[in-house]
Amino acid sequence: MHTSLSKIEKIATEYTSRMKGFQKIIRICTGTGCVSSGALRVHDGLQKAIDSEGLSEKVLIKKTGCHGLCERGPIVVFGNEEILYQAVGKRKIEEDIHLLISTIKYNKTAENLLYKGTDKTKRYVSSREIPFYSGQTRLVLALNGIIDPEEIEDYIAHGGYRALAKALTMERDEIINWIEKSGLRGKGGGGFPTGLKWRSCKESDGFPKFVLANGDEGDPGAFMDRSLMEGNPHAVIEGMIIGAYAIGANQGYIYVRDEYPLAVERLSKAISHAEELGFLGKNILNTGFDFHIGIFRGGGAFVCGESTALMTSIEGKAGEPRAKYIHTVEKGLWEKPTNLNNVETWASIPEIINRGWEWFASIGTEKSKGTKVFSLVGKVNNTGLVEVPMGMTLREIIFGLGGGIQGGKKFKAVQTGGPSGGCIPEQYLDMPVDFDSLTGLGSMMGSGGMIVMDERNCMVDVARYFLKFLVEESCGKCVPCREGVRRMYEIVDRISTGKGREEDIAHLEELGKAVQIGSLCGLGQSAPNPVLSTLKYFHDEYVLHIKEKRCPAGVCKELIKFTIVPEKCTGCMRCASECPVKCITGEKKQVHEINQSRCIKCGTCYDVCRFDAVKIE
Amino acid sequence: MEVNKEKISTIINKYKKDRAYLLAIFQDVQREYRYLPKEAIQYICNELNIPESKGFEVATFYKALSLTPRGKHTIHVCLGTACHLRGGPNILDTFERELKIKKGETTTDGIFTLESVNCLGACALAPLVRVGEKDFGKTTSSIVHDIIQEFKTGA
Repeated sequence: MHTSLSKIEKIATEYTSRMKGFQKIIRICTGTGCVSSGALRVHDGLQKAIDSEGLSEKVLIKKTGCHGLCERGPIVVFGNEEILYQAVGKRKIEEDIHLLISTIKYNKTAENLLYKGTDKTKRYVSSREIPFYSGQTRLVLALNGIIDPEEIEDYIAHGGYRALAKALTMERDEIINWIEKSGLRGKGGGGFPTGLKWRSCKESDGFPKFVLANGDEGDPGAFMDRSLMEGNPHAVIEGMIIGAYAIGANQGYIYVRDEYPLAVERLSKAISHAEELGFLGKNILNTGFDFHIGIFRGGGAFVCGESTALMTSIEGKAGEPRAKYIHTVEKGLWEKPTNLNNVETWASIPEIINRGWEWFASIGTEKSKGTKVFSLVGKVNNTGLVEVPMGMTLREIIFGLGGGIQGGKKFKAVQTGGPSGGCIPEQYLDMPVDFDSLTGLGSMMGSGGMIVMDERNCMVDVARYFLKFLVEESCGKCVPCREGVRRMYEIVDRISTGKGREEDIAHLEELGKAVQIGSLCGLGQSAPNPVLSTLKYFHDEYVLHIKEKRCPAGVCKELIKFTIVPEKCTGCMRCASECPVKCITGEKKQVHEINQSRCIKCGTCYDVCRFDAVKIE
Repeated sequence: MEVNKEKISTIINKYKKDRAYLLAIFQDVQREYRYLPKEAIQYICNELNIPESKGFEVATFYKALSLTPRGKHTIHVCLGTACHLRGGPNILDTFERELKIKKGETTTDGIFTLESVNCLGACALAPLVRVGEKDFGKTTSSIVHDIIQEFKTGA
């Protein structure tokens, strides 16, 4: 059966009127974050309660994708964002279900479940008022948390697949013109102009052509693509169909990380639903255009997020990158013209077609248009996903939306761009965030991870962390990355254990430059960034580690010692009970003592003490 | 080790004997045996008409594949950036101490394999631990013991 625009409208109308039959619609977030916080238990408990109250005809529970405020999950939203309940079922699930039922029956708002601001006094009822949400501009994430990702009708009722119907009436070159003029740039990290890539692929000789979606989100600390694939898979698929039509491809693949089983499940369902309604497959919407999408599951290799490695991996080989003397738009997958875009880039396409390129180009900065989704994590109060217009400052994101640093500690740095990015210090917090400004700071946009660090995080340790990551994940094909990064790791590891030498810093800088110049792929070329940026902005911290054998943040285990200050210790016994190796002794209301020979220097006692009685030496 | 060739053939045929799906075939076979037996790789390479060296190249390249037998439950301790900063390494240390094995090893009773992973994408709930299909967010050293017990008794 094939569907035309009028049929799309019919599906939307039928679905909307069916929804109107319910007096109340409740949305429960079933993203990975909320599920691990217990969202499914809340869902099942609430459904049972609704059934036993005889309300199942009037009240509908929807399982949605990620709402973004993962820190406060499980999230439950009533109606059209009228009430947002957070941490539902975290204390006593039966009581919370009872509160939900009384909201359903008597419209009584449960104060206990409302979101409290960072000052702990103001309570917010609607999510629209919460600064975390009100400061965002949600274009790509607009339907995340609104629709049920497993119901194609829900997506259609919210405007889905209209862009496809419209695009199929446009000239192929006109679509590419629109994407070019919109200023959309690749959101996977590089920021390459999307329209230009499409045009090069369309114009290159060779057949068949392929379009690919990169969902191999390997950057640690980033989960935007996962939330999109899980929360609104049809947006990605619709974008891909439009792109395939414009470029002239009949086959596409979505490459999904092995660690994201739920994304694979939701995308698979979405693909078969789209096929049933004639949006995918043969003769799409009776236009004679054929397009198929397959899902390819990754094997847990970080390097496969690199474009050529991803293509090698789909070919059934070990995912090693290759030199790009010939661009992949000319010779990519199976040596055929291939257009690869990130998941978030694909999901941006339908709205550009729906609302026009002028609209998209009006958002953002001069050279970076539209919005970007960031995963705001680390030592920030509101961790989760945020979507903001390009050009918002780091300070607005971290202190405005993120609500500042946890526990009132001092901001130290923000890490962007994953293992290819760098750490940005406080003096650049007012820098507007776009592709070019971050690159100028020695970091990069990357896929959108934004990891906030406070005074308890050591920059030498962070550099060491990323180098260790890269040593493990280097595919080993080219020497500068395989050997160079390993040597850099050894040097930084030496510094963090107090065996650093004075010449180490100059050595690191030299090696870093060699790896940048000599590596084959983008991952190798950017691998030294975490070290070079911390050396640039936190030079003194390296010097303290080398000359004074001191770690001021109290992280590098060989350089620190935890002791208890007798004057401050109240003998509350908290540290003793939390200590994982039970090396703290002391009676109640007596001064405690740490047995240094058994201490593993994990810092738990320091973090749990409420009287500042644990000291780092 | 003797492998069930019929079962493996079914998996190969599911992917229409297409070499491009070598990784997917390996992943499906691994799900059957909880690891990828050498004999299975040899059989698959033979069926797909590719050199064994290529098969082993793929099998050793991807972290998701294991050539040694795994425990009934694999514990993944996330060491992504956010988890690293919020105490992930301490969680891994605690699992190593409690289970008396190192990362990458399997307990002698065959119940647990301990692994670290470079990001599970639930960074807002750092530090995260995944056992099988179940995620534990905002973990602390003190609940490590409970997690082990939950799966030990369920085993």
